[in-house]
Amino acid sequence: MADRSVVGPLDLNLKAGAIHALMGPNGSGKSSLAYALMGHPDYHVTAGTTTLNGDSLLDKSPDERAHLGLFLAFQHPVAIPGVSVQNALKTAYEAIHCTGCHLHDHCPKLSVTEFRQQLQHHAQILAIHPSFMTRALHDGFSGGEKKRLEMLTLLTLKPKIAILDETDSGLDIDALKLVAHAAKLAARQDQVGLLVITHYPRLLQHLRPTQVSVMVKGQIVATDGPKLISRLDQSGYRQFL
Amino acid sequence: MSRFAPKHTTRQDLQPQTYEHGYSSPTTNYAFISQPGLSSKVVEAISAYKTEPPWLRHSRLAAYKLFTAKPIPTWGGDLSQIDYDAIHYYLKPTAAETKSWAEVPPEIKITFDRLGIPQAERAVLAGVKAQYDSEVIYGSIKKMLSDQGVIFISTDEAVKKYPDLFKQYFGTLIPAGDNKFAALNTAVWSGGSFVYVPAGVTVTLPLQAYFRINAPQAGQFERTLIIAEAGSQVHYVEGCTAPAFSSASLHSAVVEIFVGPGARVQYTTIQNWYKTVYNLVTKRARVETEGEMIWTDFNMGSKLSMKYPGYILAGKGARGETLSLALAGPDQHQDTGSKAVHLAPYTTSTIISKSISKGGGRTSYRGLVNIGPQAHHSKSKVVCDALLLDELSRSDTYPTNRIFNHQVSLEHEATVSKIGAEQLFYLMSRGLTEEAASKLIVSGFVAPLVKKLPLEYAVEMNRLIDLEMEGSIG
Repeated sequence: MADRSVVGPLDLNLKAGAIHALMGPNGSGKSSLAYALMGHPDYHVTAGTTTLNGDSLLDKSPDERAHLGLFLAFQHPVAIPGVSVQNALKTAYEAIHCTGCHLHDHCPKLSVTEFRQQLQHHAQILAIHPSFMTRALHDGFSGGEKKRLEMLTLLTLKPKIAILDETDSGLDIDALKLVAHAAKLAARQDQVGLLVITHYPRLLQHLRPTQVSVMVKGQIVATDGPKLISRLDQSGYRQFL
Repeated sequence: MSRFAPKHTTRQDLQPQTYEHGYSSPTTNYAFISQPGLSSKVVEAISAYKTEPPWLRHSRLAAYKLFTAKPIPTWGGDLSQIDYDAIHYYLKPTAAETKSWAEVPPEIKITFDRLGIPQAERAVLAGVKAQYDSEVIYGSIKKMLSDQGVIFISTDEAVKKYPDLFKQYFGTLIPAGDNKFAALNTAVWSGGSFVYVPAGVTVTLPLQAYFRINAPQAGQFERTLIIAEAGSQVHYVEGCTAPAFSSASLHSAVVEIFVGPGARVQYTTIQNWYKTVYNLVTKRARVETEGEMIWTDFNMGSKLSMKYPGYILAGKGARGETLSLALAGPDQHQDTGSKAVHLAPYTTSTIISKSISKGGGRTSYRGLVNIGPQAHHSKSKVVCDALLLDELSRSDTYPTNRIFNHQVSLEHEATVSKIGAEQLFYLMSRGLTEEAASKLIVSGFVAPLVKKLPLEYAVEMNRLIDLEMEGSIG
């Protein structure tokens, strides 16, 4: 990664339970923004502030950001060979929601049995087969499986703000509906604020975001209500280039 | 330095490193402590003390000559610092061998307690053999085993109780002249296990042996002999841990295993010697028709390990499998691997080696696949995966393939990987600290091998690896 400025300046405000779409052509800096927000060491925020519920994010490591309630559904999640999906999800849940403790049978907040039941329930919503849980994390997963697993992780961890980085790309129609359903569930039920990065209007037709921003060459060139989606669908990004 | 944004919490992982098993008991109660150093006199004294038959005394003396005649091998790890004159070649605890836990002297019990042996016994009840210095002093054999005709005793005991059986097999698979350290072991061996499983008998629970060095510069030269008759099955487990001594010790064992037709033997080692110990071990199995030998070989401890458990696939359709895991930290060199010698047709060998190097540690895979002219339609697969945790560490692969037959299949794969920044970032974005993320990645890397262990050992293994990973990040 060469040192170059890819994004900004920009101004984004995400609210609990709200869905904000971020659209734009390839290479416009959407994924870079997602990585920078999550704290990838190759991406630096050179100016400005980023806060979550008043806590500054920029001086925090990725795990500290996760603890504050930030989540990123990866566009290309890496495989972790030998670590099962259920082990990874349990470890992540414990890291964020249990302080100096593990999931156990008598936890007042969530017993290990309840955790498993929730996991099964969420897996059903995403049409994830139970055998999936014992496979190694993202190891040999198809594109669609990876995206659904990222959504399962979102439902499991219940963050405050989640960035979905092109979670709709490479999905068939059925999988797209499942992902959209899970995203809506997170927003409505868990009051997760969603920043949905996408190229295509299709996912947004399911999600009905309250706000839509268009990013071109690292800049937000337009922000409007859902009517912006149909405008883009008709005349593409060319109008902003 | 970590590549990730600095943390503002107090680091718990920077506390001084202390070796968990770093304790020892006073050795003043020993009835017999040989003078340090080795001579034919010492060898004779050991044999005389054990009141051994003349043939065994001669075998020891002949081996001693071979040991002195053979040069120190220079093809592997650095052996130049071993001071053979400073090593005690025989130690015997005062307590005679005992059969019940209640009879074990309290001092020894405390040592065992710290190693968790009572738990292991309660958990498995398959018969525990524990080696305290050079002799087995505690042994219990579950009645079930003896009812099945299974023999599980110390090798010294076998010399006396089953002299013919012992003589028939001893030194036939690994003769004294095999290598310098096999010669040394044959000259001064003491203790180790003798296992005999009659035809058709399946030993359902793993047989366990615990080994331990407990005196400064005490050499451990145990000798293990396992005979599995046709159609029998047995899993033997040895786990090692040693207290913290500043001077280097030498551990040089010989293990010979005879796998009868259709029999299956698994031999599991968890090697966690203290990091000053030279661990130079020769292990070999002979596998008859349709028999199967599995080496599960985990090396975490020692200063230098040179160990290449092997199998001679002597009967048609014989199978050999090696699952090798090596972990090398600062000043450690794990030179490990496996040897597969295919002599008969339709034989199969699988060698899976995984290594982790950190803090300047060095791992080497060294292996031999030899497929002889008679071994048509044989298959061999070798997979070596190395994980490097930092730039200081090193990993090498030294495979040797000798193929004397065209109708064979041979595969060799080797990968070297580093814990990727993308993997760390992914797991950290899920709330794991950098250290927790690294540990999870390492546990996933070793998982396919750890799964092959009995549950209690798998738990212990994961805990040991976790401990080894502590403080190695950032």
